[in-house]
Amino acid sequence: MCMLSGRTYRSVAAVVTAMYAITPCWSDDRAKSLERLVRQDCGSCHGMTLKGGLGPDLLAARLAGIPSDTLAGIILDGVPGTPMPPWRGLLSEQDALWIADYLKTERTK
Amino acid sequence: MMPLLRLALLLFLATSLNLAALAVADTTRGTGDLGLIIERETGSVLIFSSQERRVLNRVEGLGDLSHASVVFSPDQRFGYVFGRDGGLTKVDMLEAKIEKRIVQAGNSIGGAISDDGALVAVANYEPGGIRVFDARSLDEVANIPAAPEGKGSKALGLEDVPGRKFVFSLWETGETWIADFSAGNVPVITKMQSGDRPYDALVTPDGRYYIAGLFGEDRLAAIDLWQASPVPKPILEGYRRGAKELPVYKMPHLEGWAVAGSRIVLPAVGSHELLWAEVGTFAEIGRTPVHSQPVFAVARPDGRQVWVNFAHPDNDVLQVVDSQTLQVVKEWKAGPAVLHIEFTPRGNEAWVSVRDLNKVQIYDAHTFEKKAELDAKSPSGIFMSARAHRTGF
Repeated sequence: MCMLSGRTYRSVAAVVTAMYAITPCWSDDRAKSLERLVRQDCGSCHGMTLKGGLGPDLLAARLAGIPSDTLAGIILDGVPGTPMPPWRGLLSEQDALWIADYLKTERTK
Repeated sequence: MMPLLRLALLLFLATSLNLAALAVADTTRGTGDLGLIIERETGSVLIFSSQERRVLNRVEGLGDLSHASVVFSPDQRFGYVFGRDGGLTKVDMLEAKIEKRIVQAGNSIGGAISDDGALVAVANYEPGGIRVFDARSLDEVANIPAAPEGKGSKALGLEDVPGRKFVFSLWETGETWIADFSAGNVPVITKMQSGDRPYDALVTPDGRYYIAGLFGEDRLAAIDLWQASPVPKPILEGYRRGAKELPVYKMPHLEGWAVAGSRIVLPAVGSHELLWAEVGTFAEIGRTPVHSQPVFAVARPDGRQVWVNFAHPDNDVLQVVDSQTLQVVKEWKAGPAVLHIEFTPRGNEAWVSVRDLNKVQIYDAHTFEKKAELDAKSPSGIFMSARAHRTGF
């Protein structure tokens, strides 16, 4: 099953279900461009290898315990009062969830 | 010795000497036109000649070069490359090899070289503070951990100023510190409060003013280093004018290239503008609305025009702004992910790295005509050796 864009995830369970459902629907191109965005653009503050910079590290060891929808919410809405900007408008909710999942899986280069 | 044999010997010697002289002429060269291009994803640098518009060599093995920068030895032979992973690599541009490499911290943001060329300082995010090394050997000279409550504060905006001094700021504490090495290798440290979360800083080309950008304040801070007891002063107060703050997808970079004649140009944070002020009084002269969140605003060495690039997702555009009329005079799409602009020392050309094209573009800085392109793998910073002779570079 593929999820349509614009859906709001209300619970961890829904998110997890959605993630498993979404994953096969992603084109390799989209995944590649999101991975590139994480490395290059999130990397401006969090480091290209995600080990941190002006912003904290985004390594799986630190993020594993944080629910994906919480992480996706931070990506979409930013953290007010900090340099973390809201990415809503540039990223869809599915994008943000894909990134949350990506970050929680150990992919440190 | 037989006259004939003697003649033959003389001829042989003369030929050998000529050949030796030729060999020297082939391999010796100056370094004033050399520079380094950072290849951020592969941990390599390209050695290039700006005069020949040609890459001479690639040097590999410099670690994580995402957000890397370079300072040069006074003889313009060595480039000191500061890597993200705390690596400090001394690259010999003539021999095209790594002269020495150390990993001096866990996470670094940049560095500086003292006016006498003897000390190389590195600003660290992890463990915070700065470390200072002998420029020749890379042996440690001083460690300034900047740890107010046991935890190191991220150091940034590290600049060299005249008199064997370094100035830097601290993200967490909002302080600016002066580390004075004029009396030797044990620094005298002066601390002052600049404001909430300094994100970068610059020093004016004469070394007089240190200006810190502040993420957490609606202003910047300027320190007159010529004063007996320097004190940070707020400048361009309220420049955001309570406007709705726009997201900052990449922090701007500040550097001494921002001075155009008697004017200084600064990228705003949270608004899509350049701010112009009079050097000294720092009274606002005007503003230039630009394409998006500006990252670099680099004045051509004559100060007449300023080239500007932008943060994601508008980082494919370049704009050129006239420093007298404050108007945008040229705008074009250079390509995906324009990361850096470096002028040749006399300002005839602008070299622009376009990361996702894997190219460095070379423009005529007066006509904007593209004159050449060089291949480079995910290029970011471009650093020309003429920086060796500029304060704050």
